[in-house]
Amino acid sequence: MKALCVATAVTMAMAWSTPLLAASEPPPGVASCSGCHSSNAAAGSPVTRLYGRDANEIVTAMTGFRDGSIPATVMNRIAKGFSDDEVRAIAAWLAAQK
Amino acid sequence: MGISHRISRREFFGASAAAATALTFPLPAFAQAAARVVVIGGGFGGASCARALKQIDPKLQVTLVEPNKTFTACPFSNNVIAGLRSIEQQQFGYDKIAAGGATVVAQAATGVDGAARTVTLADGTSLGYDRLVLSPGVDLRYDALQGYDEAAASKMPHAWKAGEQTLLLRKQLEAMEDGGLVVISAPANPFRCPPGPYERACLIAHYLKTKKPRSKLIILDAKDTFSKQRLFQNAWKEFYPGMVEWVSLSQGGKVNAVDPATNTLITDFGNHTAQVANVIPPQRAGRIATSAGATDNTGWCAIDPVTFESKSAPNIHVIGDACLAGAMPKSAFSANAQAKVCAAAIATLLSGGTPASPKLINTCYSLAAPGYGISVAGVYQPKNGVLADVEGAGGVSPADVPREFRAREADYAQSWFTTITAEVFG
Ligand SMILES: Cc1cc2nc3c(=O)[nH]c(=O)nc-3n(C[C@H](O)[C@H](O)[C@H](O)COP(=O)(O)OP(=O)(O)OC[C@H]3O[C@@H](n4cnc5c(N)ncnc54)[C@H](O)[C@@H]3O)c2cc1C
Ligand code: HEC
Repeated sequence: MKALCVATAVTMAMAWSTPLLAASEPPPGVASCSGCHSSNAAAGSPVTRLYGRDANEIVTAMTGFRDGSIPATVMNRIAKGFSDDEVRAIAAWLAAQK
Repeated sequence: MGISHRISRREFFGASAAAATALTFPLPAFAQAAARVVVIGGGFGGASCARALKQIDPKLQVTLVEPNKTFTACPFSNNVIAGLRSIEQQQFGYDKIAAGGATVVAQAATGVDGAARTVTLADGTSLGYDRLVLSPGVDLRYDALQGYDEAAASKMPHAWKAGEQTLLLRKQLEAMEDGGLVVISAPANPFRCPPGPYERACLIAHYLKTKKPRSKLIILDAKDTFSKQRLFQNAWKEFYPGMVEWVSLSQGGKVNAVDPATNTLITDFGNHTAQVANVIPPQRAGRIATSAGATDNTGWCAIDPVTFESKSAPNIHVIGDACLAGAMPKSAFSANAQAKVCAAAIATLLSGGTPASPKLINTCYSLAAPGYGISVAGVYQPKNGVLADVEGAGGVSPADVPREFRAREADYAQSWFTTITAEVFG
C-alpha cells in the first residue's frame, strides 16, 4: 500500500512540477535519419553526418531528392515521404545540433 | 502546506485514502524522485530505447533487463553463414549503455504484474516501474510444424536468432559434399526480417557456387509473394542459374511437418530430403509479452501507433519484432526507429504532455551477392489507429540500373550496419 501511495504521489508531483518538453523537441521523422546518418562526428561513414549542417543545404538536398533532380540510391524514396514543412522543421532541428 | 490546500487537492482527485495519505507528504521530496522506466530486452529495440530515454531525460531511472552479456546481431549474419564474415563482427556488449546512465541487469524477466507495476526477474527479485517497455523480439513457434521442436532445431537449424544456430548452419554447409541439396523453408507473414530467407538463399548459393558448384538450393515457401521478389529472382537468374529453385505456396511450398531423423521436409505435394535443412518456423512475440498481457490471439502485440503503448496492457509499451506495427516490417531498422519514437513519447507522457504524431522510416538492405546490394524502404505515420505507409514514398531499388548502383547499395548496407550498431551499442 505504501509503495502504491508513493507511486501515485510521484506521478502527481511530476505532472505538476515538470515543465512540458521544450519546443526544441525533435520534429516528426528526424529520429529515423540517424539510423543511416551517424550523429557521431568521428564515424567516417560514406553517408554524411547531418548534425550542424546548414539548414538550407538540407532543404535543397531533400527537395532535389524528392523531385528526382539529384540522383540517389535511397534518398529519393525517403524524401517523398516528407512535406515541405516537415523538411524545413527537420532541417532546422538538424542544423541546431552539435 | 495548509489544511485547506490539502483538502482542495483531495477533493480534486476524489477522496481516496491513497491520494490523501500521499498528499500529506511534503511535495518537494517527491519532485526529486525520478520516474522509473524498465526496458525488457537488450536487442535493437530495447537497447536503443534505454539509451534514448537517458539522452532525452537524464533524470529518468532507466533499467535495461537482458540476460546475455553479449548481443549477437542478426543483420549480416547471413554473411557469417556464407563464410564471408566472422561471428565476432556481429557481437556487441552493454558497457556503453551502462556508462550512459542506464542500469543494466543481466537477467531474464520471468513475469510482469501490470496491476502492481512490477517485473519479476529470474533470481526472484522484482523491479517496480512507472512505464515498462517490452522489446523481447520473437519466439520461434515449436508448436507450428509437426516434428519441429527445440531438439529438432539442433539438427535442422533455424539460424533465425544469431549465435550458435548461425554457426551450426555454417558448419553443416561446410561439411556437406559437393552435389548436396540445401533446403530453406520460409514461413508465412508476419515474421522477423521479410527479405531474410531470400538474402540467405543468395549468399548460401554464392558459397555453393564458389566451393560446391554441383549442389542445389530449394526454397520451400508458405507464401506466393515475398519482399524484393523481382530483384531477388533476377539475381538468382544472373548469379546462380540452375542452382536456386523457389517453390511457392501454390506450387506446394508450404512445409507442414519435418522429420529430423532423416532431414526430411514434408509438404502437401511431397517430401524433400536435404543434406542441409534450414527450417525457419513461424514466430510470435517473445513469451514475456504474453505474461504482461500484451499479446492478442495472433501471438503479437497490438499497439497505439503514436506511443507504442499496448492496446491491452496500460503503461506497457511494445516495440520491435514483438509489436504489430501496421505496414512496418519486423526489422532492426524498424525496432531502432520505433525505440526512439517510443522513448520520446514516454518522456512526454511522464512529464504530463501529449506526444505528437510521429513519422518513421524503415530501410532493409540485402546482399544478393557480395558487392551487390538491393533495398526496400518505407516512410510510415499513424492513420486510422495503425502505422500506415505514407503514399508515394518508399519502394524497392530500381530493376534496371548499372552494376555500379548495386555496388553503392552494398557499401551503404555495410555503412548502415556500422552506424546503427554504433548508435545502439557503441
Ligand atoms: C538472418 C537475419 C537477417 C536479418 N537482417 C536484417 C537486416 O539486414 N536489416 C534489418 O533491419 N533487420 C534484419 N533482421 C531483423 C532483426 O534482427 C530484428 O528485426 C531485430 O533484431 C528486432 O529487434 P528486437 O529488439 O525486436 O529484438 P532482438 O534484437 O531480437 O532483441 C530481443 C532481446 O530481448 C531479449 N529477451 C527476450 N526475452 C527476454 C526476457 N524475458 N527478459 C530479458 N530479455 C529478454 C533477448 O535476449 C534479446 O537480446 C534480420 C534477421 C535475421 C534473422
Ligand atoms: C536508409 C538509410 C538512410 C536514411 C534512413 C536516411 N538517409 Fe539520407 N542519405 C542516405 C544515402 C545513402 C545518401 C546518399 C544519396 C543516396 O544514394 O540516396 C543520403 C543523402 C542525404 C543527404 C545529402 C547529404 C549530402 O551530404 O549531400 C541529405 C541532406 C539527407 N540524406 C537527409 C536525410 C534526412 C533528413 C533523413 C531523415 C528524414 C535521411 N536522410 C534518412 C541514406 C539514408
